This record gives sequence, C-alpha cells and structure tokens, in this order.
Amino acid sequence: MSEMIAPEKVAANADAIQEVARMDQLAGPAQRAESPLHHADLDTIAKKGPKNGGVTLQEHKLLGHLVIRGSQDNQAFLAGAREALGFDLPTEPLSSVEQGDRSVRWIAPDEWLLIVPGEDAFQVEEQLRAAMGGHFAIVNVSGGQTVLELSGPDVRMVLKKSTPYDVHDRNFPVGKVVTSVFAKTQAVIRRTGEDRWELVIRRSFADYVWLWLQDASAEFGLVVKA
Amino acid sequence: MFYIYCPHCGEHREEEEFHAKGQAHIARPADPDSCSDKEWGEYLFFRKNPRGLHHEMWVHATGCRKFFNVTRDTVTYEIKEVYKIGERPSVVAAGN
Amino acid sequence: MSQKNRLASGGRIDRSKSLRFKYNGREYQGYQGDTLASALLANGVDIIARSFKYSRPRGIVAAGAEEPNAVLQLGATEATQVPNVRATQQELFNGLVSSATNGWPNAEMDLMSYVGKVGGRMMPPGFYYKTFMYPQSMWETYEKFIRKAAGLGRSPLENDPDIYDKLNHHCDVMIVGAGPAGLAAALVAARSGARVILADEQSEFGGSLLHSGEKINGRPAVEWVAETVAELEKHPEVLLLPRSTVNGYHDHNFLTIHQRCTDHIADQAPKGQVRQRMHRVRANWVVLATGAHERPLVYGNNDVPGCMVASAVSTYINRYGVVPGNELVLMTTNDYAYQTALDWADAGRKVVAIVDTRQSPKGARIEEARKRGLNIITGSAVIDVQGSKRVSGVQVAPIDAKGDKVTGSVERLSCDTVASSGGWSPVIHLSCHTGSRPEWRDDIIGFVPGKTVQRQLTAGGINGTYSLRKVLEEGATAGAKAAESAGFADAAKGIALPLSEEVKEGPAMALFHIPHTKPTARAPKQFVDLQNDVTAAGIELATREGFESIEHVKRYTAMGFGTDQGKLGNINGMAIAAKSLNQSIPETGTTIFRPNYTPITFGAIAGRDCGELFDIKRYTAMHKWHVEHGALFEDVGQWKRPWYFPKAGESMQQALDRECKATRDSVGILDASTLGKIDIQGKDAREFLSRVYTNAWAKLGVGKCRYGLMCGEDGMVFDDGVTSCLAENHFLMTTTSGGAARVLEWLELYHQTEWPEMEVYFNTVTDQWATMTISGPNSRKLLAELTDIDLDNDSFKFMDWRQGKVAGVPARIFRISFTGELSYEINVQANYGLFVWEKLFEHGAKYNLTPYGTETMHVLRAEKGFIIAGQDTDGSVTPIDLGMSWCVSNNKPFSYIGKRGMAREDCIRTDRKQLVGLKTKDPKKVIPEGSQAVNDPKQAIPMTMLGHVTSSYYSANLGHSIALGMIRNGHNRMGETVYYPQADGTVIEAEICSPIFLDPKGERQNV
Repeated sequence: MSEMIAPEKVAANADAIQEVARMDQLAGPAQRAESPLHHADLDTIAKKGPKNGGVTLQEHKLLGHLVIRGSQDNQAFLAGAREALGFDLPTEPLSSVEQGDRSVRWIAPDEWLLIVPGEDAFQVEEQLRAAMGGHFAIVNVSGGQTVLELSGPDVRMVLKKSTPYDVHDRNFPVGKVVTSVFAKTQAVIRRTGEDRWELVIRRSFADYVWLWLQDASAEFGLVVKA
Repeated sequence: MFYIYCPHCGEHREEEEFHAKGQAHIARPADPDSCSDKEWGEYLFFRKNPRGLHHEMWVHATGCRKFFNVTRDTVTYEIKEVYKIGERPSVVAAGN
Repeated sequence: MSQKNRLASGGRIDRSKSLRFKYNGREYQGYQGDTLASALLANGVDIIARSFKYSRPRGIVAAGAEEPNAVLQLGATEATQVPNVRATQQELFNGLVSSATNGWPNAEMDLMSYVGKVGGRMMPPGFYYKTFMYPQSMWETYEKFIRKAAGLGRSPLENDPDIYDKLNHHCDVMIVGAGPAGLAAALVAARSGARVILADEQSEFGGSLLHSGEKINGRPAVEWVAETVAELEKHPEVLLLPRSTVNGYHDHNFLTIHQRCTDHIADQAPKGQVRQRMHRVRANWVVLATGAHERPLVYGNNDVPGCMVASAVSTYINRYGVVPGNELVLMTTNDYAYQTALDWADAGRKVVAIVDTRQSPKGARIEEARKRGLNIITGSAVIDVQGSKRVSGVQVAPIDAKGDKVTGSVERLSCDTVASSGGWSPVIHLSCHTGSRPEWRDDIIGFVPGKTVQRQLTAGGINGTYSLRKVLEEGATAGAKAAESAGFADAAKGIALPLSEEVKEGPAMALFHIPHTKPTARAPKQFVDLQNDVTAAGIELATREGFESIEHVKRYTAMGFGTDQGKLGNINGMAIAAKSLNQSIPETGTTIFRPNYTPITFGAIAGRDCGELFDIKRYTAMHKWHVEHGALFEDVGQWKRPWYFPKAGESMQQALDRECKATRDSVGILDASTLGKIDIQGKDAREFLSRVYTNAWAKLGVGKCRYGLMCGEDGMVFDDGVTSCLAENHFLMTTTSGGAARVLEWLELYHQTEWPEMEVYFNTVTDQWATMTISGPNSRKLLAELTDIDLDNDSFKFMDWRQGKVAGVPARIFRISFTGELSYEINVQANYGLFVWEKLFEHGAKYNLTPYGTETMHVLRAEKGFIIAGQDTDGSVTPIDLGMSWCVSNNKPFSYIGKRGMAREDCIRTDRKQLVGLKTKDPKKVIPEGSQAVNDPKQAIPMTMLGHVTSSYYSANLGHSIALGMIRNGHNRMGETVYYPQADGTVIEAEICSPIFLDPKGERQNV
C-alpha cells in the first residue's frame, strides 16, 4: 500500500505506523461477505414486498466504518484528518459532514465515525495514519455495524416509538447526529434529509432492530428498498 | 426519570442514556500500599448519603461514553449543576 | 328493559344511534355518547357492586375518575377481559359486555352480605391485621377467601389479541386537563407557536362546561369549547389527546399518559390499530388544569344506592339526558350544589327538599331556587338514609351552626335519591407525584398544590378557583407564562380573554361529617371511603387506638387504598381524624398521592416490548448455520449461543459425550464470537494493562498473547480473558461474553477519572470479529489446509498470534486454548464469519470436525480446571482463593487495581474458601451445582457449611464426574473427604483434589 502514501509522510510517521497493527480486512470477490442483515434477505423482500408505504427501509451494507479517536487539542491530529479526508472533522458536538461518498459523524469530543465505501476502508485508514500525528487511534469496525436508511413521511413517528430523543425539526435539523437509545438497544441516529434518517447499528443487534422496525412501521406500511 | 445535561454533548438527554456511578470525587489513594486497612476501607466502602446536595458521578453510557459530575438535591431531585471530571462544583452544601 | 330514566331530549348523546350492551348477562340499550355508567343509570340499574368488607349493595355515586363503586369487569371474550374499569369512564359501544367485579355469587344476591350484617361490629379497622394474622399459617387460606369475596377483578386467561405501544414526546407546554382553564391555557400557548400537548381523560374536551350550562361571551359555553378545539386542531405544533389520562407526573417534568385509542369503539381494536398507547412526555413547562372533585358528605347509611355526589347528578342530567331517580333530596354546605336541584327540577322530576347545613344561606342560586318554589330546609342535615337496595327516604334534623350536633327533632322525608355536596377538593394528585406537599386553604376548604421544584403552573379548580370567569383568566395567564418561559416571548399577546358572568355566591360551610343523634360509634354506618368500607367510626377508633399520624390512620383503616385512591373520601377522612384528634386539618396534614392516577393496563405498560420483542436477542454471524444444524441455544447475557448440537435421537448427555470426545480425539469447533473484544491503542496501553490486570504485561512481546485476571479495588476477581500484543502500542483484549460492556466502562472509568494523562484509547470490537475456535489434536492439520500462515510448532507457539489468510480471508489466528488441546482461535471480519466457518467444515469432514456449544466448552475447560468468571467466582473470590497466584504479580511498580484489596486482613487469611477439584466416590454421581459441603453429614441442622459446588459435569473423557467448588481452607485439605447433603436426604461423598483433572502438565496444548 506504500504507493498510496506520499513518501515524505511515510518518513515522518514511520515509527507511528510500526506501533499499531495494520490489517486490510477485505478479502477478494471469491470470498462471500455477508452484512449483518444478510439473513433477512432484504433484496427478495424489496422485489416481492409492498412498493408503497409511509416508511422505506434500505440497508447500506458492507461500507467501510472507521472509528477515529483523538484530542481536539492535538493539532497534528486535526490537521492530518483534514489533509487525508479533504475536510475537517466536525468539532461542533452532534454535527456531521458529508462529502461525496464520505461522511463523518461526531460521536464524542474525542471520537468520530467515518463511513466510506467498503473497498476504501483500508486505504483511508492508511492515509489517515500517515497524515495524523501525536496520540490518536483508528479502528476498523466495518464488520461490526451496518447502516440503515429510513425515509418517508412516517419515519418520524417510527422514531418517536423507538427513541426518547426529541426528533422534532426544531431540535433535530438535517445533519445533526446523536447516539441514543433505540428501542432496547442503541443507535447512532443522523438526519440526512427532510424525511430521511440514518441509523448506524451494531451487528449483533441488527436482527432485533430489523424486527422492531418492521413492527413499528407496520401501521404506516413498510417498503424495503434493495 | 431525570433529564440530564451532558456537558460533552451540550444538551439534555433522557436518564435512560446514563448510568449512575455513585458519589463523585472519590480519588484513588496515590499510594494504596501505604494505606492502613482502615484508610483503604474508607476509600472502598464508605460513602456519603446526604439529605440535600450530593455530588454524583454519571456516565453518558448510551451517548458519548464520557463520565461527568452532577450536583443533585436528594430531596427534590433537582440537578443544580453539571460539571466535567477534573472540575470543582460551584454549588456546594453549606459547611462543605 | 326500557330506559326509564332517560329524558326525551337534551344532553350530548345521539338518540338516533342506539347501542346494545350487556351487564351481568342481561341486555340493555343506551345511546352513542353514553358512558357505561350513564347507560346503566338510564336503565334504572341501581346496584353495581358489593362493598369490599361488609358486602353492602352499592350504586353509582359519581360521574368521572373519582367513582369508587362502579368498577366493572369488561370483555366479551376471555382474551379481551379487562378488570378495574370505571363505568363512569368507559364509553358505551355496541356489543359491550360488562359485569360486576365483586359480589359472590353476584352483586344482587350476595352471600357475604350476611357476614356484613351480622358481623359488622366484628370487622373494625385493622380487622385483617388483628384477625387474619394469627395463626400465621392460616393467612394463605384467609387471603384466598378474602380476595374471592372482595372480588378485585380478574385478568384474562388467554393472550391479549390487541396491540399496545408507546410514543415519546417533547413539548414546550404540557397542559393536563381540557376544561375551561386547560383550553384557555392551550389556546394562548398554541398561538405563541409553542409545541403544546393538551390531554384530557374524557372523550370530549370541555370538562365541566359540557354539563354546567354556563355561558361564555354571551353564548353557551359549549360553543366556545367547539371553536377553541377547532382552532387548536389547526395549529401544527399542537397535539390534542382526548381519552388520555395523565397518570404520572415524574421528575424533571416527565409525564406518562395513558391513551385509550379504541376502547370506545369495540371490545377489540380494529385490525392493525393500536388499542392503547402510552405517551412519554418530557415537557419544558407543565400547566396542571385538573379541576376539582366534589366532596360528598359523610352521613348515616350514605352508601345506599341512590346516594350520589350532587354535581354527578347534574352531569348525568345535562350531559347524558339521564335523571337517576324521581324524588330528590339535596344536602349541601354551599351555594353551587343548588344547581343540581335546579337541573333536577328542569328535568321535570320532583325536588323533595334542599337541605342546607348553613343557618341562613344567601346567594344567586338560592334566590333562583326560592323563586321556583323549591323546599329549602336551612340549618339542617340528612342524618340517616333509609332503604337497602335503593334509597326510600331520609331522616332530616336541625344541627348547630358548627355542625357538631343534632339540635332538634328528626323528620322523615320520602325520596329515592340523595345528592350531597360538601364543597370541592382540588385534584392535586399529579402535583403530589413529584413530592410537593399539599397546603390547606381555609377559604376554599381544601388542599391546593404546595411548593414545587418542577417547572409547573396551575390554573382553575386545582387552585380552588371555581368562578368560570376567574378560571378562564387563570388558564390564559398560565398558558402565556408557560409559553413565555419556554422561550416564546410574545405569548401574552395571544390572550383574548373570553368573558363570562360572575355568579354571586355566599360563603360555604366547612362541614365534612354530619352529626347523628347517637355518638358516631353507635350511629348508623357513615362511610368515608366507599371502596374500602372505611367509616367515620373506624377513623375515630383508629385515633383512639393511638394512630395519630394521618399516614398511620390511612394504613390502619385502609382509607384511600383502593383503585380510586381515595379521590372522594380522603379529605373527609382527614377532617374526621383531625376533629377526633382535636387539631386543625393543616396540623393533621394529608396523605399524598402516588402514580398512577387511575389504573392502567399491563398492555399499555408493556407496549411493544412483548413476544419476539420482549428482549434483545443478539446473534453471531454464524447463527444461521447453528440453527440449520440443530443447535439448542443458551442465553448468555443477551446472546443466543449454541448450547449443544444434538443429533437425531441423542440425549443431551449423549450429545455432550460425543462432542467432548470428538474434540479431545480429533477436532471440535466453537463459535466464540460472543467474547467481548476491546481494541486498545496508544503508547500507554501496556502500562494501562499492568494497572487493570493482576499480572505483568511489561514484557509481553509483539505477536504474543497472555491470560489476565481483572479484580476490583477490593481484590475480588470480576473478569478474565486473553489479551494479545498486536503491536508495540496496540493490544486486543478479550473479556467474558457477559462482561464486555462492563469491562469497557471500567477501563473508561479509570482512564477518564484517575489516569487521564495516559495516552490510550479503548474501542469495542466485539461485533467486528467473528471468532471460531478449532480445538483438538487435528486442528493444526485442518487449519493448514486453509491458511498461508506457517503453523509449525516452533515458529507459531502456544500463546502466539499470527496474521494471514484463512480460506482467502484476512485473519488473525490466536493459538490459545480453553480446552487444554491444541487450539487455534480464528478471527475474521464478521462479514466473512459464515463463509470461513463453512470452509472449515468443507475441509473438516475428514477429521470429523464436530461443532460444540457452551456446555461442552464448560466440560472441557472444567476437565482442565479453567475457571469461568461469574460461575466459579461470585465477587467474593480473590485470585489466591482460586489457586491462581501464578497470575498475580507483586513486582509491578504501580499498585494495580486489586493489589491493596488482596492485602486486606480478611483476604490474607489462610482458611478462606478456596477453589478445589472434587471427585465423587461414586464416579457416576454428578453433584448438583450449588450443593454445600459439610465435614459431617450427621451433624445437627443447621450444619456448618464449608462452601458450594460451582461447576459440575460428567466427563466422558475421564469416565467419571468432575466438579469445582469452594471449600474452606480447601488448598490444605487435598485428599480429604467432604459430604454434600441433598434435598432428598441422600448424601454425596467427594474427595478434595486438584482442579486440574486432565493433562496436569499441560502437554496437549503445546504439541
């Protein structure tokens, strides 16, 4: 992967790179990868299920999920993130930035969740490691969670059934992101559009969330999108 | 059901998102090995149970995962102040 | 049966929509708009219950939530049974089926009433405590009898077919009660643009305006109600919740609302619709506009059917077109209740008399009554009621100005209905829920909400404000203030105060308990709390017996204990107690009210958290495979882990024996994905590990793994696992499956609060990695077929890890062992978990690769004496107790967590309970886990117990049972015999031995 990294960067951070284990976790196309909701066979439901309803669900599966940890006091960290990503990590609490196929969510003052196309995960991780300095951590969690997109006029009602967080326009504008209770589990909830919301959920809870969402949206009609 | 201001997220959140972690400002002795059994016992087991202002530690478990302190009136359940780990409370009981 | 009490016109019912319903098996008719209570009254049904203690016949006395008697059982089918429904709050629908809750065999003819009649004197307050407590052994017998006789309703025996759910809300202004005050508040708040929720327990908004006949802006008040509701409906930020009882007011302005969405339509909700919904509201400001309940007076035989609260009579006449009788006697202490006599007369029925307890009352309504020629008897009271199943007459006598005694001769009046009014009690229940103590006000003769720390305002009847003009004013002001305080600066501009006329009223009399010619103890029963059969005499007796605190009086007499929570009776009871104690009502104080305001169904509490959604089930990436291969599952925390994989016809023990042997003889595979996994990065990671584990980490090289024990500050083991050095500043920690979240929070706690200067980050990767452990002598051969990693024993040693590929998937392989066999733990990104698992089976058939579950894992690790934190430990066990001193370092520079704790006086005793192995004398006997060891099984009970068995299995590999257990001083008792007496009287004999039953030198894992 050295050709992806500018040579001077490698030199500057050569030690740092040696100090953590790096691993491209992606296999080739011959190795079947299954998202956390693979067993639900959403593609078939999308084909055979209802086409109209108040809530539309789509799993954005097998994306690259990177947890980025670092201090906002560490300029080498922030500057490195900007250099590698092409934009700043959002330091305003509960905010997010989306550019092209990359989006990053504020999770905590020293934690962000970056989501990129699945095949880019390792390259982006390496670029970040090369560009960032000082104390920081990057963890690939692509296999441990998945993204669900909910859209439609009745999504807000489904959210009101599911989370005690205030999802009203005045409190939850587009772009805001919160980690909160979702049914009996938790989710990173981001508003991505007027009627569009994104949930990031953990793999082992995915089936529970899927059951919950089917139930909560039943009265509005649930459409599954492939 | 409390409504707790998280000083890291900068807004109020439902109690469901938090875990209570007991009395705040219990510092681990700098040199545990030189503590007498009595001193270590005090550190381990003895806690205040005031009627009135109480400084407590909470963690935003289903949120930013950060610990912080809360000054709460144990009679009315009012939260008088929220402050970060390492900060000192400005609201304290008389005589403290 | 005809609706003999139904008026030909008037009311808010729709006479064109006739509804049929059943009560106690008989069919009746009512109209759309009726409550079950109004329909029963229309049909002349007098008796709807038998009383709790004396089993006296009871009728409907009120028209709302305060109703104590008409608590019925509802439901047309077994599955739709609902107990504890107040007939006054249940809207009538076609096909409604109801029955009396108490009364045995039924309310009309009740066997228990003989007990009541004969035994009335034998059932004083404290009756249950005094009588049924002794002998204690009989309590269960008594309780069944009492419960059956008292009839507390019954739950359905079949599954509830309906859907219930919950909704979370946030709002600027939450208004409780949609009477005149609540509507005025809502209107003003809504116009400010604030987010407003307005909830009312009734089917229609309007409260008292729906029956009072008052005027607003010169027009009937109901028109103003309709206009107001219409406007509110148009405001986009307003949520209107009719049929919604605000049942709980909790800390920090959190309110729970129980909405009955379809209970008014049918026995069962229409398909797909939610029957009841719990709204969970977090409000910035709360306006309580809950109004007031009229207080009945306490007089002789005041429980005979036909005795009602005055305003309820007006409600039935004006709102439902039902006159609940023919001849009325009204007793009042105040002007307002005169309206009931006027309404009765307007309905064309006979007002026998208005008995006013005041000597010379003056006021506009009194003038009106005089003008109509109604018979007003002043300075007098109804001291006794005649009749048993229905009022047949009353005894009226003059009383003194203070209402203490009867001063003249008694006159009998014939009548069938007695309406009484002792004034109004503000509905302060919700204000009490958050801990506010009510305050007594002499001027309104009632308790009002006391000081509160909530962002709460009150308006209208709850403040003791009863004039409509002032009620509207208070409502509008509260609505404006709440909205302004919530940040809507111009809210006050929304006020356009509706006008209504002021009715002139004279002062009311503070009278609660009507005197009788006889002392209370010997007078006819004067009921205070109808639902619990508490009488004035009972309260006086309680105070004489020394119960002076009102809280004690309440518990001794059971006053206010019922489902009605003393809404009608409490104030009267306190007043009687105060008088009996010769002190004022404020001195006596009041009991307060707890949630819920009215009973709530379990369905609404459970919401959708039932059935499949009752609890989270966490699955690993390979779960589907386990299901397809017949696994039975065990709950480990929320995880579903394969327990064992029985083949057709196999018993559990047979399956375990097979799985155990296959693993030791060839190779087995375990899905270990549920193990907690924490990624640790930073230059201080290694030092941090040294501080949280009991053993040394300074020298663990890259590529190496190490087992660690984690203790609390008290020195007790709370978790364990293997942590691997991935790189100089990078570690992967594993925890127990159930302990993952707790351990992560533990690490964060110490990092954030004690050692924030340490440069380290912790992140959960439990879900990131699918973990499969292949174990057994053939595991290397199997793995070699799938990996590019050099598995040679010299280069990839026990307790090493390597990175490479397995079945083409990037993997980390950890050569660690929980079975004592040659083992490899393969970690791949969870998305590939099933793929790699299946590949292992494709290659594993020739080695008889056998999947095993948690039970075989337990047996195999127990054969090796490996502990499971949480099973072999219980928070009272140190590493030394476990015989794991090899895992405790005393040479670390930092005083790690647990070190000082382990050095406490009690922890260094040598005769503590210690973990040992146990070999039964009978090799086939498996000691039940939890069994207690004793030295001498013949000693007297209670025996001296030495410790319990923590793990116990039959080992097919060894051909005998094995167990681990705690034994006092066990490490020094090797070879000695202990006994395990069992509940069935048998005794299991066992020898104390090393916990390592198999391969004590650990050679198998190193091959």
